[in-house]
Amino acid sequence: MMRPHHKSSLWLGFLLHRLSGLILALFLPLHFYVLGLALVDTAALDGYLILTRNPVVKFMECTLVFLLAVHLFGGLRVLALEFLPWHSRQKTLVAASSAAALFLACLFLLRAF
Amino acid sequence: MAELSDELEVAVWQGDRAGGAMRIYSVPQRPSQTVLDVVTWIQRNVEPGLSYRFACRVGMCGSCAMMVNGQPRWACRTHIKAALAGNHLELRPLRNLPVIKDLACDMSEFFHKWQQAEGRFYPTADRHEPVAKISPASPRRAAANKGIECINCAACYAACDVVAWNPGYLGPAALNRAWTLLNDVRDGAQKRRQRAVLQNNGCQNCHSMQGCASFCPVALNPTAAIAGLKRTALRAIRQGQV
Ligand code: SF4
Ligand code: SF4
Ligand code: FES
Repeated sequence: MMRPHHKSSLWLGFLLHRLSGLILALFLPLHFYVLGLALVDTAALDGYLILTRNPVVKFMECTLVFLLAVHLFGGLRVLALEFLPWHSRQKTLVAASSAAALFLACLFLLRAF
Repeated sequence: MAELSDELEVAVWQGDRAGGAMRIYSVPQRPSQTVLDVVTWIQRNVEPGLSYRFACRVGMCGSCAMMVNGQPRWACRTHIKAALAGNHLELRPLRNLPVIKDLACDMSEFFHKWQQAEGRFYPTADRHEPVAKISPASPRRAAANKGIECINCAACYAACDVVAWNPGYLGPAALNRAWTLLNDVRDGAQKRRQRAVLQNNGCQNCHSMQGCASFCPVALNPTAAIAGLKRTALRAIRQGQV
């Protein structure tokens, strides 16, 4: 059952932050592995770099940038919430941090093509 | 008072720890009717065995909270107009608490956690000493004042997902209470309380998603209180006090 309080933007902000963290945790080891290839196997690295020209991969990269930005701004929001004096417009902060993440991802998408 | 013609369709969960089911009643709609009025009407007219709690009927005692169309609310001060979905009301016992019977929950765990969080006052003076002079404008008193009107209704506790995921978590109400006491300069057990709120099930479990603050019927903000606890905890850890 979808609990009514899960429809709140505050809860959705929490969910987005959590999911972005989980997906990044899965993706980052792969990312570092590919970067590590630059040191040991440049041919394999080139293979991966060619792959990044594929539009599908570009969209996936853009999603990752979005998730990274979501996690960054979401983290800043939680830090502000917990360490600065209480701000009464928490929903605005969720919206602002999500909007900032979306903006960054769109910017990345524009530059990718 | 004139009766409106509309009938409400009210589903009420009935059962006990072993299990239960929803039963549906048709209840006459009246002007200014509260959820508690609806439950009382059912008990007086159709289901004499229906169990539920209330005492003050004016939002003071905190005993009447239940899930109303999926949201934790104080029944006595929730107008059905604010809670209805169409003409349908669904009433269930509070989430995150073991049920005793029908709409009455076992609150022992909830209150036990107040004690675990050191949500009790430890006086440093007795009645023969002069009354402590505390300026209401001092920052600590102002912080405490924001949280002291809690009526112990457990609506926040029912709204908290962390309690649902980790039943040991002290929960918003107990931690809010600890925060008000942590700001009480007359209290003599601050170190003990500081340790209590930092136990495994303490304030650091809170994810600040603010379900508690959204549903507190008296508009307290346990999330802000818990954020305060986290800040003081960090300070205490840095200063080697805990
Ligand atoms: S803010 Fe903390 S205490 Fe309140 S509902 Fe969320 S996890 Fe529970
Ligand atoms: S903090 Fe609010 S919701 Fe929680 S028990 Fe107190 S009055 Fe009820
Ligand atoms: S009956 Fe006392 S708060 Fe509702």
